Amino acid sequence: MTTISKVRYSRRSLLKSGGAAVAAAALPAPMVWGQETKNITLRQFGTGVSNLNEVAKKVKEDLGFTLEMTALDSDSVTQRAATQPDSFDIADIEYWICKKVWPTGNLQAMDTSKIANYDKIVGIFRNGKLTPESVIAQGTAPHTVGFTSGVNGTDFVDEESGYMTLIPTIYNADTLGIRPDLIGRPINNWSELLNPEFAGKASILDISSIGIMDMAMVVESMGEYTYPDKGNMTKEEIDMTLGIFTEAKKAGQFRAFWKSFDESVNLMASGEVVIQSMWSPAITAVRSQGIPCVYQPLEEGYRSWGGGIGLSASLSGMELDAAYEYINWYLSGWVGGFLMRQGYYSAVPETSKTFMSNDEWGFWFEGKAAQGDIANPFGDVMEKAGAVRDGGSFYDRMGAVACWNAVMDENQYMVRKWNEFIAA
Amino acid sequence: MRNNSVIGWLLATPLSLVLLVFLVAPIAMIIVVSFWGATEWSIYPAFQFDNYQFLLTSDVTYRVFLNTFKYAAMTWVFTLLIGFTVAYYLAFHIRSLTWQIVLFLLCTIPFLTSNIIRMISWIPFLGRNGIANSTLISMGVIDEPLEWLLFSDFSVILAFVHLYTLFMVVPIFNTMMRIDKSLIEAAADAGATGWQTLWHVIIPLTKPGIMIGTIFVVALVMGDFITVRFMSGSQSANVGRMIQNDIGLLQYPSASATAVILLITVLLLIGTLLRFVDIRKEL
Repeated sequence: MTTISKVRYSRRSLLKSGGAAVAAAALPAPMVWGQETKNITLRQFGTGVSNLNEVAKKVKEDLGFTLEMTALDSDSVTQRAATQPDSFDIADIEYWICKKVWPTGNLQAMDTSKIANYDKIVGIFRNGKLTPESVIAQGTAPHTVGFTSGVNGTDFVDEESGYMTLIPTIYNADTLGIRPDLIGRPINNWSELLNPEFAGKASILDISSIGIMDMAMVVESMGEYTYPDKGNMTKEEIDMTLGIFTEAKKAGQFRAFWKSFDESVNLMASGEVVIQSMWSPAITAVRSQGIPCVYQPLEEGYRSWGGGIGLSASLSGMELDAAYEYINWYLSGWVGGFLMRQGYYSAVPETSKTFMSNDEWGFWFEGKAAQGDIANPFGDVMEKAGAVRDGGSFYDRMGAVACWNAVMDENQYMVRKWNEFIAA
Repeated sequence: MRNNSVIGWLLATPLSLVLLVFLVAPIAMIIVVSFWGATEWSIYPAFQFDNYQFLLTSDVTYRVFLNTFKYAAMTWVFTLLIGFTVAYYLAFHIRSLTWQIVLFLLCTIPFLTSNIIRMISWIPFLGRNGIANSTLISMGVIDEPLEWLLFSDFSVILAFVHLYTLFMVVPIFNTMMRIDKSLIEAAADAGATGWQTLWHVIIPLTKPGIMIGTIFVVALVMGDFITVRFMSGSQSANVGRMIQNDIGLLQYPSASATAVILLITVLLLIGTLLRFVDIRKEL
């Protein structure tokens, strides 16, 4: 705050003394609109994962404008993005949500030439390939819904067209979370979720688009069926998948289903559940209570997801400039470091490196053993020296992605069947 | 005379307007939308019976409605028994008005907190390693934790009863307070036992209160979604959750159709109840 007003003052005085050129050279980018910035408020909403007050606070410090955050569950986020375009400026959504929302025209395409670190964004979000040899996983891979044909495009295009639907910000590889102390033996396959050994102690998440993919991983792992494309099932495949799980539900396999992050933490921490679909920071939340919990890498690979920032179609003028400023700031490293220290990955990992200690970078990104205590961004120690991240390095984890969260052609059918599964 | 009728119309206007805008219009809107169509992200005006057809031909709908009735019926039985007992004690066993008021207010204290908090606080209590199970185990009553205490129909109904008993206590207590005490004396004088007085005098005179309480409890339970979601661990469904799921997935027309069916069901139910008791006597 104070720095901005000081800078503005000096800039004014410089202008007065006719030193405009000097000022422009000495005071680049964020100060372009000076005073007005402070009055700008951008309304961002999204799922809880990256809607953090710390980010809003840092934005105020670094960029001067106000960022209002609203955190909602995935369904509500989709609903709001699709039906209330004027209720937000920035949508922080996942790629599968983008596939649903983008055709409504409620979001505007972003010009990649205005994104400073565009070239450094990892391949997953550009051509789909983590490394040149990577095989693209099934499901709604981010690059397939990451580009559109032009400023006003409501379609998706395959190549890097220069117009992005979402600017990628955060992603991770998800797997099952387990309580090793209560299970007492190694877990290596997705099929363990339906192992009768864990009857009444298993859980799966009640968000259809994500849950169906976890189910597909389980079904394949059980050897029941191999999907031609898990991310785009036929009606018969949907019936079969949910049939297997309905049977398990009736047999009492599940203790509960969860819909929000904190529910999954409570289920695991209280010992109600010993194996379940889980998200990375939920694991750390359980662990920071002193309760052992492992994000178990499994032979069949990970179910991955990615999120990004989209701009409301109604953003224009100074607010739009501010939003671009925000995006560039987002990719410049501070947020990336913040998110990576919670176990997520940044879309531009190399910029985040400067905001992390060597030990943190080694632990979270490179999969090396921690040299000292590893703390989360809030200062709580999560790992002691010697600990190694579950699943290893970035390339080990993101390289073993078997599928992405997806929206299928038969989505409506799947959703109805999902509701029947819940009601069964 | 003519003047009077004009004044009458004028006096009725504000309330009619309020009801029109806040009750009739939304319901009309829901009915209209229930015939619309929906894609994944939008709804479009139409006049089609698809939503109703899907709803009324799916056996899931019937199972869910049945489950909703089950919750309503069981909650009704327990809230009635507890509510009646509490009201009876307050009305006939507590002699001084001051104490009646004090104890009545005591009943309402838990209701000063959010009902979500009251509901969720059951979860750690009933859990596998919760207070209930660990107490029972340490007392030697059970060896293994009882799994059905939480995330079951038991926990759903327990929470409902806990949340809604007061809605039974209040109207029943209210009617009981109006019972002329001399009627009870007369019954005693005529040689009636305590049970006979209860059955032939007090219960018939309390019927309107019971009926109002019933309407509250049934309407609340039938329309609930959050209690069922949390206390069953999302494993059971009632109509409210079906509607909520549809809304979450942007299927507003389908949600509206379900809401219309639910509304009709509840209205029929209450209509039937009102045939038994003249509730106007009470109001």
